[in-house]
Amino acid sequence: MESSNIKYRIAKSRGAQIITTVLAFSIVLPLIFILLFIIKSGIQHVNWHFLVNVYKPEGEPNPGIGHALLGTILIVVTASIIAIPIGILCGVYLSENKTSKLAYWSSLCVDVLQGVPSIVIGIVIFAWLHQRFGYFALAGSFALGIMMLPIIIRSTEETLKLLPDTLKEAGFALGMPFHRVILKVILPCGISGILSGVMLSVARVSGETAPLLFTAGVSHYLSSNVFKGPMQSLPLLIYDYYSLPSRETDPNSFINQAWGASVILLVFVLLLNISTKLITRKWKVQL
Amino acid sequence: MAETVQMEDQVKYQTVAPAKSLSYASRVKRSYRQIKVESAFKVALVSMGIFMVVLVFGIFLTLVIGSSQSIKTFGISFLWGKKWDAVNDVYGAWPFLAGTLLTSFLALFISIPFSIAVAIFLGEYFPKGWFSELLKNTIELIAAVPSVIYGLWGFLVLVPFVRTIEIKLGIQQQQGWGIFTASLILAVMIIPYAASLGRSVIQMVPSALKEAAYSLGATRWEVIKNVVIPYTKSGLFAGILLSLGRALGETMAVTMLIGNSNDIPKSIFATGNTMASAIALFFGEANDIRRSSLIELGLVLFVITMIINMLGKRVIKRFTN
Repeated sequence: MESSNIKYRIAKSRGAQIITTVLAFSIVLPLIFILLFIIKSGIQHVNWHFLVNVYKPEGEPNPGIGHALLGTILIVVTASIIAIPIGILCGVYLSENKTSKLAYWSSLCVDVLQGVPSIVIGIVIFAWLHQRFGYFALAGSFALGIMMLPIIIRSTEETLKLLPDTLKEAGFALGMPFHRVILKVILPCGISGILSGVMLSVARVSGETAPLLFTAGVSHYLSSNVFKGPMQSLPLLIYDYYSLPSRETDPNSFINQAWGASVILLVFVLLLNISTKLITRKWKVQL
Repeated sequence: MAETVQMEDQVKYQTVAPAKSLSYASRVKRSYRQIKVESAFKVALVSMGIFMVVLVFGIFLTLVIGSSQSIKTFGISFLWGKKWDAVNDVYGAWPFLAGTLLTSFLALFISIPFSIAVAIFLGEYFPKGWFSELLKNTIELIAAVPSVIYGLWGFLVLVPFVRTIEIKLGIQQQQGWGIFTASLILAVMIIPYAASLGRSVIQMVPSALKEAAYSLGATRWEVIKNVVIPYTKSGLFAGILLSLGRALGETMAVTMLIGNSNDIPKSIFATGNTMASAIALFFGEANDIRRSSLIELGLVLFVITMIINMLGKRVIKRFTN
């Protein structure tokens, strides 16, 4: 009686382990499906013309996504220029002041900002800037920059908290002023953690569509001026071409271009993520 | 002897000393500048702290001001107004609120077994080794795929798949789009959030507790069921809350798959809209009261996600302390 009970319990334990393992691995399947499917249906449309040419009406030969590629790069770079200094300084502030009232509220606001849906940030930037400036790329950069802030701030803060206090004390003992201790000792020591936070935030926002819908707007023309006029970006191009009517059979149809653009975007985002992982692993950073 | 040592010291000191010795006045000037820069730096740090608070309050205020027209016209009953009628300019949020809640909770319901399984697998069964590292990183990559790509994939693969299911089940409208399709893709997208937090809280369970249970003769599953899960209950709950927050605000993939109708969804296979997808679809060409109502939808979304996130963060903080 007792031995059969034990056998039953062991069998139950084994069964639970098998079920857990199967469930855990079945999650990887959708990712593999998506990767394979997108690469299979997109890679054939990717060639040099596709990367450098711009929008052409359906039916014309050699259309491309050059305008969206340039737009995504410009918008994300501008967003980084805005967000990185603010994010790092705010992260330093939060790691240096743990007890003050302002730091508490500031930290709370970072938490709130992290959870704000991207579309809400899009319409807020629209409300701030659209009436005066219309659609323009810098507005998209502002929206993406706001989304980058919480990630950069949190990674900076967590990295700096892990550094030993003796580093800072040694700097002070040599008579270095506060700003030089931070800029010349603390930040260089935590650079790998901060860098991986920055890369993670870039990877996160470069695939964002919703905040760009009403800020940078949709455009079919090549534009390199971030201060004026709408600018196309890769995710918006995918969404735009998805909603345009198109013929499946034509290799240059909009939907096929969307597949090609998806491959480029996916490869870019995944490479950025994987290299962030490698950096964190090499320098043993905890995020 | 002592003199020679002193001499050597002096010689050394002279070679080490800076070639260009500063005058007293310039040294005072330099340290004065240092002090000025230092206080400027401190001011910059504090102003960044203030900036974050101003930014978030600015976002909130902008949403409130933008939606004031709609709040004045429809009052609080906007939330359960049953019609979104663009022709007569009568707007109620209930179709979208219902769509949002239905998709999010359905997605949560689908994703919970998987995310808990991953958390247990990586936290308890295989906490170390290259194999679990690989699985962990792969699951984190799921969160990295842009949502518009999920939408595109869902449109070409998931929609026909759901359509065949609907035909087999004999459901009236067999278009493949709808709440269920959107929930499926949403479930995949939110799994990493709950799973990674669940994994880290499961790894925090003190091994003394588990060993005590093992020494009493418990099997592995009994340890997990009776020790690990009760101990990490609140942490797992927080992870689920955070993934719910993600699901509520997710826009693009849902917009592309939910079928976009303004009716209150009658079943999980019906078409509908979420608040985020309604904003994404209608905001571009909306004016006056319609735009104001859409901003109010954004305000509702902002408040709901804020409450859920704060709750989740608070639970985690209490758990880790």
